[in-house]
Amino acid sequence: MKHLLTTDGLAEDAATAILDTADELKRTLLGREVKKLPTLRGRTVITMFYENSTRTRVSFEIAGKWMSADVVNVSAGGSSVGKGESLRDTALTLAAAGADCVIVRHPASGAAHRLAGWLSEGGTSVVNAGDGTHEHPTQALLDAATLRERLGALKDRRIAIVGDVLHSRVARSNVHLLATLGAEVVLVAPPTLLPVGVGSWPVTVSHDLDAELPALDAVMMLRVQAERMHGGFFPSAREYSIAYGLNEARLGLLPEGAVVLHPGPMLRGMEIGSAVADAPQSAITEQVRNGVHVRMAVLYHLLAGDGGERG
Amino acid sequence: MNEIVIRGARLYGEGDPVDVHVADGTIATIGEAGAVTPGEDAEVIEARGQVLLPGFVDLHTHLREPGREDTETIDSGSAAAALGGYTAVFAMANTDPVADNAVVVEHVWRRGREVGLVDVHPVGAVTVGLKGEKLAEMGTMAKSVAGVRLFSDDGHCVADPLLMRRALEYSTALGVVVAQHAEEPRLTVGAQAHEGERAARLGYTGWPSSAEESIVARDCVLARHAGARLHICHVSTTGTVDVLGWAKGLGIDVSAEVTPHHLLLTDERLATYDPVNKVNPPLRAGADVERMRRALADGVIDCVATDHAPHAVQDKDCEWAAARPGMLGLQTALSIVAETMVRPGLLDWRGVARVMSERPAEIAGLPDQGRPLAAGEPANLVLVDPDAEWTVRGAELASVAANTPYEGMRLPAVVSATLLRGRITSREGKIG
Repeated sequence: MKHLLTTDGLAEDAATAILDTADELKRTLLGREVKKLPTLRGRTVITMFYENSTRTRVSFEIAGKWMSADVVNVSAGGSSVGKGESLRDTALTLAAAGADCVIVRHPASGAAHRLAGWLSEGGTSVVNAGDGTHEHPTQALLDAATLRERLGALKDRRIAIVGDVLHSRVARSNVHLLATLGAEVVLVAPPTLLPVGVGSWPVTVSHDLDAELPALDAVMMLRVQAERMHGGFFPSAREYSIAYGLNEARLGLLPEGAVVLHPGPMLRGMEIGSAVADAPQSAITEQVRNGVHVRMAVLYHLLAGDGGERG
Repeated sequence: MNEIVIRGARLYGEGDPVDVHVADGTIATIGEAGAVTPGEDAEVIEARGQVLLPGFVDLHTHLREPGREDTETIDSGSAAAALGGYTAVFAMANTDPVADNAVVVEHVWRRGREVGLVDVHPVGAVTVGLKGEKLAEMGTMAKSVAGVRLFSDDGHCVADPLLMRRALEYSTALGVVVAQHAEEPRLTVGAQAHEGERAARLGYTGWPSSAEESIVARDCVLARHAGARLHICHVSTTGTVDVLGWAKGLGIDVSAEVTPHHLLLTDERLATYDPVNKVNPPLRAGADVERMRRALADGVIDCVATDHAPHAVQDKDCEWAAARPGMLGLQTALSIVAETMVRPGLLDWRGVARVMSERPAEIAGLPDQGRPLAAGEPANLVLVDPDAEWTVRGAELASVAANTPYEGMRLPAVVSATLLRGRITSREGKIG
């Protein structure tokens, strides 16, 4: 594997290999005081974030550091990006400066693919850390790792993704990956928050959350961004919350053992009740914890495969 | 006396080869092959049975001058036109400064004359600065030496229905045509790609077909009540064809164009992530492309227009959302029409003459273009080798910019020669 840009077309064995490596890394590090493996010593990983992000950037940074890579963080505000340099020039500069891997978040869909194209000759790997409303593949992988931990194999498991599918890169990456892993995916959202063309996705679509809950193994809540609330996609936050929010009453409709996920940041009281977020069914903090291991595994598969030192 | 003999050409690709004798800018005689004896100084073009057509007329070209001479000039764009078989082009108004007054349109017209490779007709803006707020001085532009006959805010829709009504009403006194870029802006906020399966998967904000269709329907109704002529730029959706069929059935005076790229390319190109494929209106679905071809064949869509839109490398070699929309078209239009319409049998060469020369000349009211191939007519001609093929290379095109979506494609039909009023403007891929 050279880049991780999308989960669309990511083969089942490749995805499973990453997830297995993540599990292994998690076991290896469990209970260790010093969480540092020498695997990527001497490798340079640059995170390039054109959008604000705390959890994803920090997660990648920790993943790189626990693997002993040199991690450099570039943010759009504090570099020549702010001076109007093109994405291409910035990327070529970072590659020339010696990056083995560029982890990019960008507001434009497809930006990570463009970057990979420009860097294809230099041998620099690209990881998509979220491009516009397109994909966020490591989020889907960490969600899958978390679900596997709670549920075991995902084949024939029924998983709902609830909320703003239209603008969600998390939803797109999850739809592809979960389908690849054999799960049944249900998208639950008002029609205004589903993309035209969703009919060709390997999913079923519902507008009735209550009807879906009793048959689910997991429910993945999506954040509703403030600009959507004012963008006329639905009448009001209150009406949205009433129809699509996961409150305590709805939690009771889930079968025993079902899992609640949220990619964060959460709007407590909006798409997810505060008590629900903290309930035993919730795996939200595990998602964050697994995020580090999954990103370590991704870096391992991208960078350590060809002669890199193995830990 | 400037004499040219085109020896052994098949008019409209029909019948036996004939000799066409051109003198003093007009077709002097047309006779049996070998029957014409040219004067000693006459230039002879051996056609060897190639297809002779009236010179092409493009209602929709961006020549970028003034303002973006780093991407195209009237000089380079005229060369591209001549090489593409065009004898008249309409230069869109979205220059910098905008062609919304007599000074700018006269400048464009004059530069076109100086270059002399193709008749450059400036299109006037409908509204001041293309802002959609206030009518531009259409009358002054129409009566200027440029004699503006076509008005458009292309690149922007005249979205305000009242302003569009006034523009249509006002145009009737001037005998000019308003050409609408049909795109309801409220339906295309942030839009990046044709709204459908592929854009959904790639996370591009959708560009709904309804944004085009709703404006076309509205404007047909407005034109009907105003008794005005309306032209629809770059039709791209099945629904627009339905609306045009309905409007024409009612006798509404509406005409429409389709671009070569909407006859060939689909939103499958999105998978490349390469903004060379970004264009406004966007590349649509396969079913839309099929419908464009049929509508052009049966006349619901009147003509082909290139929407030739040169862009600098830095405006294309970037992420999709940051890229400017548009693609080169002048030198590839004939080949795309040959590939999509002639090869599948949807149009013969007489049909090509209709959609690339006669109808556009009629729509714009050009008296000396799109004329029959007959003695006494102006010698605005293009000789086409229908059997030759060529491979598109952006860097080899005459435009300053190189943003062709057909890079590396092998296409049929080559322009052998173009004549503007009896003067050779291009021959065998070289400027006159």
